[in-house]
Amino acid sequence: MEEVKVIEIKKSIFEDNEKDADALRADLKRRGVYLLNLMSSPGSGKTTTLIQVINRIKDKIRVAVMEADIDSDVDAVKIKEATGIPSIQLHTGGMCHLDAEMTRQGLDNVDLADVDLVILENVGNLVCPAEFDTGSCRNAMILSVPEGHDKPLKYPLMFSICDVVVINKMDVLPYFDFDLEKCKEYIHMRNPKAQVIPICAKTGEGVDAFATWLLQEVNNWKNQ
Amino acid sequence: MHELGIVFYIIRDVKKAALENAVEHVYGVVMNIGEVSTIVPEYLQDCWRWAADKEEILKGCQLKCNIIPAATYCEDCQSEFSTVEHGKICPHCGSEHTYLLRGNEVEIKEIEV
Repeated sequence: MEEVKVIEIKKSIFEDNEKDADALRADLKRRGVYLLNLMSSPGSGKTTTLIQVINRIKDKIRVAVMEADIDSDVDAVKIKEATGIPSIQLHTGGMCHLDAEMTRQGLDNVDLADVDLVILENVGNLVCPAEFDTGSCRNAMILSVPEGHDKPLKYPLMFSICDVVVINKMDVLPYFDFDLEKCKEYIHMRNPKAQVIPICAKTGEGVDAFATWLLQEVNNWKNQ
Repeated sequence: MHELGIVFYIIRDVKKAALENAVEHVYGVVMNIGEVSTIVPEYLQDCWRWAADKEEILKGCQLKCNIIPAATYCEDCQSEFSTVEHGKICPHCGSEHTYLLRGNEVEIKEIEV
């Protein structure tokens, strides 16, 4: 066998992505476009929540949606039909998350001169999306009542990087052993600054609070 | 569940390093994996074998994982303790003002060429 030589690298595999993400954020800031990275488990009601929120803010600001999934375009079609705003589908090619480069490629298909807010609906997954900075201005996640109030304990990283945790499906609370106060306590153990917003996307209850937060965020991003 | 994605990142960086150093074949990749990095080394190995063998320059290349024990530092009593054993609460003074010193690494240490 030939002689083996060792080349020292000593580099985190996330380093390149973090640089890409910072560059994307700076670019979005220059263009005055706010990017929200929305994450959750599969089936927590991301798409239904988005439709409710978008219908409350689309007369005030210009919104576009990027749907990331491993396959299919059902979510993008559903959003477009229910809200009338531009919605594009990204396929991750089997990957369980989006990184900053994939996000940038997706944004190339959005007319950024014509939008104030882009919502990125990340792949439904509580592990991988938390590890890869997409270049978004803020991270939000949706946790639904049937998933249980112990999720912040099981997926600490996801909860520690989210600025807002929306708790969906509050209407089914009587049927589950979900303790909202405990859930808040666990979320704040991971991230003391996280805002918790309980909603019911099906009836629209509580969605105003999420919409107000989002409008405020976009406004601050553009004016500060 | 995310190990395959991590493997693609490792392959990308290793290929880049190989190119920069004009290397013909990579025989081994040594990783530093933190104990609380959420990576399961056995899954990483499985994904690695599958994905690395698809790359000419990495055919048969071995992946070695050094596990870095996780340590947390307490700001209040300035002590260091095992993260896996005690979590975020300092076992010496009960403080919550702690931060992770090491154990979150997912780092390519070196390549053998």
